Amino acid sequence: MKRIPLLSIMALIGFIFLYAPILSLVVYSFNESRLVTVWSGFSTKWYGELLRDPQILGAAWISLKVAVASATISLVLGTMASLALVRYGRFRFRELFSGMTTAPLVMPDVITGISLLLLFVTMEALFGWPAGRGLLTIIIAHTTFCMAYVAVVVETRLINVDRSVEEAAADLGAKPLRIFFDVTLPSIAPALVSGWLLAFTLSLDDLVIASFVAGPGSTTLPMLIFSKVRLGVSPDVNALATILIGLVAIGIAISAFVMTRNGRSSETDA
Amino acid sequence: MGRSRLRFLGRRVRRGADVMTTAVGSFFMKHRRLLVIAVPMVWLLIFFLAPFLVVFKISFSEAAMARPPYLPLTSWEDGRLLITLNLGNYQFLLEDPLYLLSLISSVQIAAVSTIFALLIGYPMAWFIARSPSRRRNILLMLVILPFWTSFLLRVYAWIGILRSTGVINNTLLALGIIDEPLVMLQTNFAVYIGIVYTYLPFMILPLYANLSRLDPALLEAAADLGAKPATTFLTVILPMSLPGIIAGSMLVFIPAIGEFVIPALLGGPDTLMIGKILWTEFFNNRDWPVASAVAMVLLAIIVLPLVRFRRARG
Repeated sequence: MKRIPLLSIMALIGFIFLYAPILSLVVYSFNESRLVTVWSGFSTKWYGELLRDPQILGAAWISLKVAVASATISLVLGTMASLALVRYGRFRFRELFSGMTTAPLVMPDVITGISLLLLFVTMEALFGWPAGRGLLTIIIAHTTFCMAYVAVVVETRLINVDRSVEEAAADLGAKPLRIFFDVTLPSIAPALVSGWLLAFTLSLDDLVIASFVAGPGSTTLPMLIFSKVRLGVSPDVNALATILIGLVAIGIAISAFVMTRNGRSSETDA
Repeated sequence: MGRSRLRFLGRRVRRGADVMTTAVGSFFMKHRRLLVIAVPMVWLLIFFLAPFLVVFKISFSEAAMARPPYLPLTSWEDGRLLITLNLGNYQFLLEDPLYLLSLISSVQIAAVSTIFALLIGYPMAWFIARSPSRRRNILLMLVILPFWTSFLLRVYAWIGILRSTGVINNTLLALGIIDEPLVMLQTNFAVYIGIVYTYLPFMILPLYANLSRLDPALLEAAADLGAKPATTFLTVILPMSLPGIIAGSMLVFIPAIGEFVIPALLGGPDTLMIGKILWTEFFNNRDWPVASAVAMVLLAIIVLPLVRFRRARG
C-alpha cells in the first residue's frame, strides 16, 4: 500500500489550498500598515475604524435584516417543496416542479439578477407592486434562490426519516397535522436548522443578485465591500472578514457542541 | 369573581380553540396535498420561471432614454395593435466579435477550471471516503467550512496573495528565487485559481457521496484477481464514480460560465467573460435590451449541461 502516503499528501495540499487564503485574511487584519501585505507590526486599529464607520454598520444591519427574513421564508417554502417531492409521489407538473427547485442551485447569478429585476420592473408597471426597489425586492430574490438549497438539504433528511413512527402515530389516532408537528418536524429538525443557516449565509453573502434588485437606499454589506475592494485592498475589509470568520467559527463550535450532545443516540445518520 | 366561573371561562376558551384548530385542521387535511405543492409551485412560477419570459421579451426591445430604459414591444395605432420585435440586439451580438469571443472564452475558462477542480477534488474525496469513519466527519466539515465564510471575502483574499506586493511575490523575492515580482493578479491565471478555489467544495461533496458508497469488497476482489492499483482505479473505481464526477463537474462548470465576481476582482481588462459583459451592458451602458439578449444566450448555453446535471442528480 504505497499509494496512501501520496494520497495523503495530495489531500493535505488540497486542504492547505482551501485554508491559506482565509488564514492570510486574518493575519493581515492585524497589520498596522495600510499596505495590506507589508507587515509593519501588530495593531487592532482597523477594527476600531471599522466599528466607527456608519456606512459599514448601516449596510451590515440591512444585510442582517434581509438574511433573517429570506432565510425564514425560504425555510418554509423549501420545506414544503421537499415534502411535496419526497412524500407526494406523482403529481401534475412534478417534473417542472422538481426542475424549478434544482435549477436555482447552478443558475449563474447574473441571470437570476437581471431576470428578477426585469420582472419587478414589469410587475410595477402592470400592477404597481412592488413599488420601487429595496429591502422587499432583495428579500424576494434571495428567498427564491435560497429555497432551492433548503429543499435539497431537507429532502436528503426526509428520505432517510423512518416512516414507521408516523404510521404508529396514525394508528394511535393522531391527526395528520399533529403527526406532522409532533413526529415529522422533530425528526427533520437538524436539517431545518442547517437549511436555515445555509440560506442565511447565502443571503448574507450575495453580491450580484442584490446589486440588480436593490434600490438606492438598500446597499447591502457585500455591495459596499465590493465597491471598496474594487478600488484596491483595504485593511478594514480584512478586519471585517476576520470578524465574520470568527462569528462563523463560534456558530460552528456551538452547533458541533449541540450535535455531539444530541447525536450520541443517533450516530447512524451522517 | 368566583373560581368556578373562571374555570368555566377557561373551558370555553379552550373549547373555542379546539373548534378552531379542528376547522383549520379539516381544511388543511382536505387541501393539504394541494397546499404543500401549490405554495412553493406558485412562488417558483412567479419568481423563477416568469422572469425568464420577461427577459426573453425585453431582449426584443429597443434601448431608449426612458424609465425603464427600453421601448415597449406593443403599441396602438389607428385601432391596430402593433408588435415590434427588434432583432437588432441579437444581430448586434453576432456582429461584434467581442461577444462571440467572450462566450468562447467563458466556456473555455469554466471547462479548464472544472478539470483542475476535478484533479484536485478527486484525490481529496477519495482520501475522505477511505478514512476511518470518526475522522471522516471532521474532514468533511473542513471541506464545507470555507463555504460558510463569505465568498466575496475569500476571493478578495487572493488579491492580497497574488498581487505584485503580495504574499507569494514577497516570499519568492525574499528567498531570492525571483528578481522581480511575477505578474499574477489581473490575469486569466488568477481567474482559474479563483474559480477552482471557490467551487472546489461543490466538486468534492458529490464525489465523496459517490465514492463513500463504493463497496470495498469490489476493490478487494480486483486486488485478489491480480489487478494493480492503477488498473483497479481505471477499470473499477473511475467508471463507478462517473455519476459523482458528472454531478460535481456540472456544479462547477455551470455557475462558472456566468461568473462575475471572480473575473471582476482577479481578472484583467482582457479577461473576457460573459457574466462581466452582461454586467457592463446593464450597469455601465444601461442597455437593458442588449443585457437581456446576453442573458438569453448564456441561458441557452447552460441548458444542456443543466439537463445533464438534473439527470445525474435524479
